[in-house]
Amino acid sequence: MIDSNNQLLAVKGRIFDIQKFSVHDGPGIRTIVFLKGCILRCRWCCNPESQSYEPETMLQNGKKKTIGYDATVGEVIGTVVKDMPYYRRSGGGITLSGGECMCQPDFSTALLEVSRDYGLSTAIETTCAVEWATVERFIPLVDTFLMDVKHMDSAKHREYTTVPNELILENAKRLSKLAKRLVVRVPVIPGFNDTPKELHDIAEFAYDTLGVDEMHILPYHRLGYDKYIGLGRSYGMGDVPPPEKPKMEFLRNVCASTGISCYIGG
Amino acid sequence: MAKYHIVNLERSPRIPKLIDALFDHMPEIEADRAVLLTESYRATEGEPMISRRAHAFRHICENLPITMRDNELVVGSATKVPRGCQVFPEFSFKWLEDEFDTVDTRAADPFHISEETKKTLHEVYKYWDGKTTSELATAYMADETLLAMEHNIFTPGNYFYNGVGHVTVDYAKVLKIGYKGIIAEAKAALEKCDFGDADWAERTAFLKAVIESCEAAITYAKRYAKLAMDMAEKCSDYARKKELCQIALNCAKVPENGASSFYEACQSFWFIQMLLQIESSGHSISPGRFDQYMYPYYKADLEAGKISPEFAQELMDCIWVKLNDLNKCRDAASAEGFAGYSLFQNLIAGGQTPEGLDATNDLSFMCIQATMHVLLPQPSFSVRVWNGTPHEFLIKAAELTRTGVGLPAYYNDEVIIPALISRGLTIEDARDYNIIGCVEPQKAGKTEGWHDAAFFNMCRPLELVMNSGRDLSGVNGDGVQLGPDTGDVTRMKTFDEFYNAYKTQMNYMLKLLVNADNAIDRAHMERCPLPFESSMICDCIGRGKPTQCGGAIYNFTGPQGFGIANMTDALYAVKTLVFEKKVITMAELKEAIDHNFGEDISDRMAEILTTNEIKRLGAAGKPVSENIIRETFKAKKTQGNSSEFQRARYRKIRALIDDVPKFGNDIEEVDLFARDVAYTYTRPMETFRNPRGGQFQAGLYPVSANVPLGAQTGATADGRLAFTPIADGVSPSAGKDTHGPTSSCNSVSKLDHGIASNGTLFNMKFHPSALEGDTGLENFVALVRGYFDQKGSHVQFNVVSRETLRDAQLHPEKYKSLVVRVAGYSALFVTLSKSLQDDIINRTEQTGF
Repeated sequence: MIDSNNQLLAVKGRIFDIQKFSVHDGPGIRTIVFLKGCILRCRWCCNPESQSYEPETMLQNGKKKTIGYDATVGEVIGTVVKDMPYYRRSGGGITLSGGECMCQPDFSTALLEVSRDYGLSTAIETTCAVEWATVERFIPLVDTFLMDVKHMDSAKHREYTTVPNELILENAKRLSKLAKRLVVRVPVIPGFNDTPKELHDIAEFAYDTLGVDEMHILPYHRLGYDKYIGLGRSYGMGDVPPPEKPKMEFLRNVCASTGISCYIGG
Repeated sequence: MAKYHIVNLERSPRIPKLIDALFDHMPEIEADRAVLLTESYRATEGEPMISRRAHAFRHICENLPITMRDNELVVGSATKVPRGCQVFPEFSFKWLEDEFDTVDTRAADPFHISEETKKTLHEVYKYWDGKTTSELATAYMADETLLAMEHNIFTPGNYFYNGVGHVTVDYAKVLKIGYKGIIAEAKAALEKCDFGDADWAERTAFLKAVIESCEAAITYAKRYAKLAMDMAEKCSDYARKKELCQIALNCAKVPENGASSFYEACQSFWFIQMLLQIESSGHSISPGRFDQYMYPYYKADLEAGKISPEFAQELMDCIWVKLNDLNKCRDAASAEGFAGYSLFQNLIAGGQTPEGLDATNDLSFMCIQATMHVLLPQPSFSVRVWNGTPHEFLIKAAELTRTGVGLPAYYNDEVIIPALISRGLTIEDARDYNIIGCVEPQKAGKTEGWHDAAFFNMCRPLELVMNSGRDLSGVNGDGVQLGPDTGDVTRMKTFDEFYNAYKTQMNYMLKLLVNADNAIDRAHMERCPLPFESSMICDCIGRGKPTQCGGAIYNFTGPQGFGIANMTDALYAVKTLVFEKKVITMAELKEAIDHNFGEDISDRMAEILTTNEIKRLGAAGKPVSENIIRETFKAKKTQGNSSEFQRARYRKIRALIDDVPKFGNDIEEVDLFARDVAYTYTRPMETFRNPRGGQFQAGLYPVSANVPLGAQTGATADGRLAFTPIADGVSPSAGKDTHGPTSSCNSVSKLDHGIASNGTLFNMKFHPSALEGDTGLENFVALVRGYFDQKGSHVQFNVVSRETLRDAQLHPEKYKSLVVRVAGYSALFVTLSKSLQDDIINRTEQTGF
């Protein structure tokens, strides 16, 4: 292990999973580190166990499992670099997800810095709903920002995520000028943002205002359902079915009509 | 300009017609070869065996019915009906006679057999009693060996009952100089023989046999030339008439002479490939580096404007289909171990030249294309990967993987070449390796590798440790003292003591395995030397003896062990729970294992166990009543679990075992432990020698035997239930690798693949979504590269979703041509037995997250 940066290696953070062979969140073969704690409370969130910073107990396949544990950067990177051969061959690396990695900026930036020492490609999944000074700390350390822009209307944003969107959009504008690579991501949620107009507005914002050339639209899915039950919580989306393929294809075309390259999925 | 011509060549309309014709009939047993063989044997009593073999081969080549199938461009069929098979009574026959009435309805690889054929074979078989290789081999084996085999510790069934096969001959030589050239070589060698030579008798008889066999092959081809001409005369379709005339010209010229065009080379190749499988029933006769030895003919024709890539592709496709026309009927038990009508004709593309340069050429790509065009189990198609392999070649291979056909298998030059050098090959020969059968590397035309010499079940010695060397828990379970008495397991004080007991049982059983293999080896040497095969193996002519007697340059015996993952997890669980954490005692663990962890076994297994037990009672003269049968069945079915309370206790122990870290999750301590466990098989193996003057070398792969041999094995300390499948190859146990494909690969790469120089086999299963799009292919290639960077030797993939396989089980009629990867080969899914199908479905399915 590279030990020149002992201080960084000792920084502690709270995570709940490390997922290998991730191929949809950034280039190549990647390992995703899921951080615990989030600012938003999205109704459709597929990782409800990520929302609270506090460790929780979740029933999984009939077994009780504690979600969330503290780990040092050194411990995490030790696991991440086990897949070094695949990163080298694919141009992959590490992706921080969550939760919201910007809620634990000291840990996240330390982990990203050490990752860069190993020559890994770095990416984060974020909403940037934090003060600009925090966002700024990530800019030199991140190769790809996968940034969620969920809705252009602040009231509706607030209704579905509990947080308004002004700060997010403002940060997006500033980030777009400074990030090495910024990709805008939109979860397509029935009843929330799945009309052509709503998506078109986001695409237009991304392409025209931000000058971003790549956008991913991610169809709502119900894979988080069991987790809500396991956590003893109710599922906020009821029986809403996921959008069908043709509809996603249609929405993709709507977004692409602004000029942006739009992909379904990561 | 691009280095390779890799446009996707269209499939000729001829190919689907050929494929459809292949599946028109159920595979059928034909008697012609057996009749001709026996006629010849009867007429040659008393002559040297090698001469009798040559006479018999000639008699067969002169008289075996010849057939040309509709639309064929490359001709030569071993049977009248497509996918039919001949039988080979010189190796064994009793099993077939016993199975006459069940062979067409059995679960694995059924064959039709007509009443007339049964009658004919019945007559033929009268001659063979006491004359087969299997009978001689049995006579040569130690009693202890026979006892161990009876109790399923290992099974050398493959060569015990059949020919050896498992060879790649020097195709290039026949393509270049023809059999005429080989005859000339043998004649020259014959002239050099001096009457005073100590081995004059053996040598001259062998050389004459070589000459006679090569002449027989020429005769056989000329019969096809005549047949094609006759058919051409009668043919009213002008286009077909022209094709038939060309076929007649080809067969008149090759394989007697060297080939002067790509088309002739294809025809010559086919006669070699087919006739080898008429001479002996050995399977895994592997075409090897087709893209290398065929390329000069393609290149010359292309440059001379004599052939188009399209026509060359069509000819290759025709050969690919024909490789599926050959078939073999095995005994019912072996059929389960080699399920899927597979002949394991391994054909490999890519890799390096003997000089160490990249060998990929246009034909390498066209081999992939041919496999995509036919999507059939044969040839067992493989690709070689090294640091210098062109990316575009691997992407093309990945496209083939994505079709779900389970092909190609990927092999790592960076492991295999040094491994072969460590076994005494020159660096040039090692770089020129190809794969035999499933995963076994060797140098073509110079090796008698005996690559598939036995299955060794690594779980069984641990069962013996648990019972002081007695067989109490297997399907036989008669309490016989099979292995050394390693003491009362419940009194063992340290893990080392326990592990040493395992090694003691292993070492003893490995010796018996060697004893079995060497007895069989000797039997083939004496009763079934193969002059035709030997004519194409260096240096048989120079040494004046057949491959069976040490004529080849390189001689090996490669028996394969399997169950690494189970034994790693089992021994590690014992180490952790009994000796380190001391949460359970050995006595508790043993009790739980003896009671199958509180679970019942299947009715089918309970019936088998009951039958065995009742037979024993009867043999011992004890009374057997309805009541006793009923009670025995109940006891077997429940595995002695009499109360829910008791079951709960054993289940709890199994749950504890379940929580111990398992092989396949990139946990260094466990994976290095696995490396050590594998050494208990691979290290002793390399100390043994065979009668041909060669060395034993271990393989770690199961073909499909992990399922039937698992059905003979009691519960194991890894929590595996009694009589369920054992892990396949070096793959983690099904469902135990839960951290994604990279973690599995990392774990498997921690084994020492180099010492298992007879090959290792790593099965992975991907959901089709993991290979979607260009990025799916790129990431897949990166995964293979990353695994190989860490010195993995082989990997193969099933890319069919679990849902599809389940549906295919329910509606086999909709999935007649669904091909899946079984072990070192692919097979039609619907032809596999239910238990093997289940095993494939249950393998861990990887997705991209």
